[in-house]
Amino acid sequence: MSLLERVVHIDQTKAWYGEIPIQSRYTVGIAGERFFREIKDNGRLWGTRCPHCDLIYVPPRLYCERCFAHLEEWVEVPTTGRVHTFTVVHLDLDGNPLPEPRIVAFIQIDGTDGGLVHDLGEVDPEDVCIGMCVEAVFKDPAERRGSITDIRYFRPVR
Amino acid sequence: MKEFVYDTVYLSEEDFEAGRVLYETWKPVARYAWDAGIAIGRYLAELKNGRLVGVHCPSCGRILVPPRMFCQDCFVPTDGFVPLQDTGTVITFSICHIRWDMVRLEHPLIPAVIAIDGASPGMGILHLLGEVAPQAVRIGMRVRAVWKPPEEREGAITDIRYFKPLE
Amino acid sequence: MARNRVAIVGAGMTKFVRRAQETSKELAWEAASKALESCELTLDDIDAVVIGTAPEAFDGVHMKSEYLSDGCGGWGKPVIRGYVGGGTGVLSVIQGWYHVASGLFDTVLVVAEEKMSACQPHPQGAFITIFDNITERALGPNLLWIFALEMNAYMTRYGLSKRDIALVSVKNKRNAADHPAALLGDPNITVEDVLNSEVLAWPVQRLDVSPVTDGAVAVVMAAEHVARRVTNKPVWVEGVGWNLDTAYWTNRDLSYPTYVEEAARMAYKMAGITEPRKQIHIAEPYDPFDYKELHHLEGLLLFDKGKAPEATALGITQRDGDLPVCPSGGLLGVGNPIAAAALMKVAELFWQLRGEAGARQVPGQPKRGVAQAWGDLMQVGTVVVLGI
Repeated sequence: MSLLERVVHIDQTKAWYGEIPIQSRYTVGIAGERFFREIKDNGRLWGTRCPHCDLIYVPPRLYCERCFAHLEEWVEVPTTGRVHTFTVVHLDLDGNPLPEPRIVAFIQIDGTDGGLVHDLGEVDPEDVCIGMCVEAVFKDPAERRGSITDIRYFRPVR
Repeated sequence: MKEFVYDTVYLSEEDFEAGRVLYETWKPVARYAWDAGIAIGRYLAELKNGRLVGVHCPSCGRILVPPRMFCQDCFVPTDGFVPLQDTGTVITFSICHIRWDMVRLEHPLIPAVIAIDGASPGMGILHLLGEVAPQAVRIGMRVRAVWKPPEEREGAITDIRYFKPLE
Repeated sequence: MARNRVAIVGAGMTKFVRRAQETSKELAWEAASKALESCELTLDDIDAVVIGTAPEAFDGVHMKSEYLSDGCGGWGKPVIRGYVGGGTGVLSVIQGWYHVASGLFDTVLVVAEEKMSACQPHPQGAFITIFDNITERALGPNLLWIFALEMNAYMTRYGLSKRDIALVSVKNKRNAADHPAALLGDPNITVEDVLNSEVLAWPVQRLDVSPVTDGAVAVVMAAEHVARRVTNKPVWVEGVGWNLDTAYWTNRDLSYPTYVEEAARMAYKMAGITEPRKQIHIAEPYDPFDYKELHHLEGLLLFDKGKAPEATALGITQRDGDLPVCPSGGLLGVGNPIAAAALMKVAELFWQLRGEAGARQVPGQPKRGVAQAWGDLMQVGTVVVLGI
């Protein structure tokens, strides 16, 4: 039999099942350490400013990606922003329906050049619109661990 | 050049355990079904039958193992399967005391590259040695496959438990 | 074929550490900004960026070069990533070279980064799939097997002892004591320390192996007309070569790296080198394991097959020997953040040839050096020849 002939018996083919046994531990980094400490300890958002490019980065960065300057000017930024874009997610990672649809948005933080990807809450999907003003809802201080999930979600500013 | 070395911040494992540094952990869902393909599919099917097979290259005439659809030297399709013996010669070996995650093994494993009889010279496969004291293993040692009983075989390289010395 | 002359004009790096607090992209920026600072260029002066980084699984970031690109200075620029496992760091210099040699760009920033500490419980988990998933992984392998099997084949072929090979580890870890970025420099280490270290996978023991490391390295490459404006000490890329052997590793001769020889021949031909043993003054072969330095010195045609250990015992490869080898301290001493480790070797040649290596400076004003890396399924050789 030529090896290039098509497979006619299913037992000539076989899949081998396995996995790659790793997990990752990501430090939040030099800029991230201060950003997430502020979220955890004070429920506040901070950014870094590049004086040369006149940009405020949120999340804050150690360096300006445009001019490569070391960013050392920290500025407190509002916990409010606007919905730049959003999507309504109905399926989980395996394609199964979610019990409740989840609204995921990119939120531009007011007065900055950056923003956060996060959930929207306390709002129905059909009421969300681009440009909507939203504010961060933080978890109780005791529940915070220095993570982006210390923000429970963003909700419409009433 | 000293001034062009950045003073990177380094951590100890204790910094993580004591919560002195913030971090996130993530375990990716990295499960796969790797298709064996035709050549290795047949290799596995023959292992289940208690046989090792190679393939023949019509251009260089070599008999290659593990089987493959093409000869990587001649870049032509191989033209058929060839039965091999289940004996061979140890090309090289190690005595391994650790698992992949650096946990120490109670009993060391002896991985070896074994040139299979009936294939062209130097055609080795990776397998384990057994029924031999680690200090008795030598490069050049003649070995034979120890098969699982037929009912336990599943079409896997582990259908051969290990290779043991011929004598 | 007409090619523009290409020089390395700047180099910078992070400290090599076991666990960095920096994110991967912060590490990349630290190295890249230091490299630019070293030649007084800014990001505006850079035409294109080359990123060298090894498996995604180490840093745990898919599409790793896209993730790293802003830290590498890639914002709004042509960016490319090269990846041949451990050979990546030298390959990235080769890529930087052809970006400029082709006339496409005048300046290229080459950045290599690896953050292995992110990979838990051990980076070996990410290496496991280099074994064939179907015909080999079921045997329960770990990465050390490959090295142990190759080392044993090499030792047996030439009748070498563990002591012959341990000398390399001692030399490199001692050399690294003078490197300001080193993780494992040790001026007092002895052969006995290596021989008494924990046996991992015989013949490989703990101190035969380079450590898991985080770090980044960057170099700036420039066309001749720019290089001469930027510095009065450009270090020229005289030759480049790379070569891959078959991935059917159990079908290969494990006692000699033919692919390194092929890569070296390509680079030497380009550099006009006919007698490498006379014309090369300093070598930085890839040394993730001590025997690999010996293996690669032979592949680089700097010693006869099986003779590199003898040369090491005679002190020829010491920093003040006839052919200084790994004066940096190598991967065994400085550390092994995979792609970054090999670029560190190129940076070392840059500093050595310019006479800027400080306490590590090899005597005699070396004029030409070779750096080499190795990787993938221990099948790739990447080589660059630098000269002044």
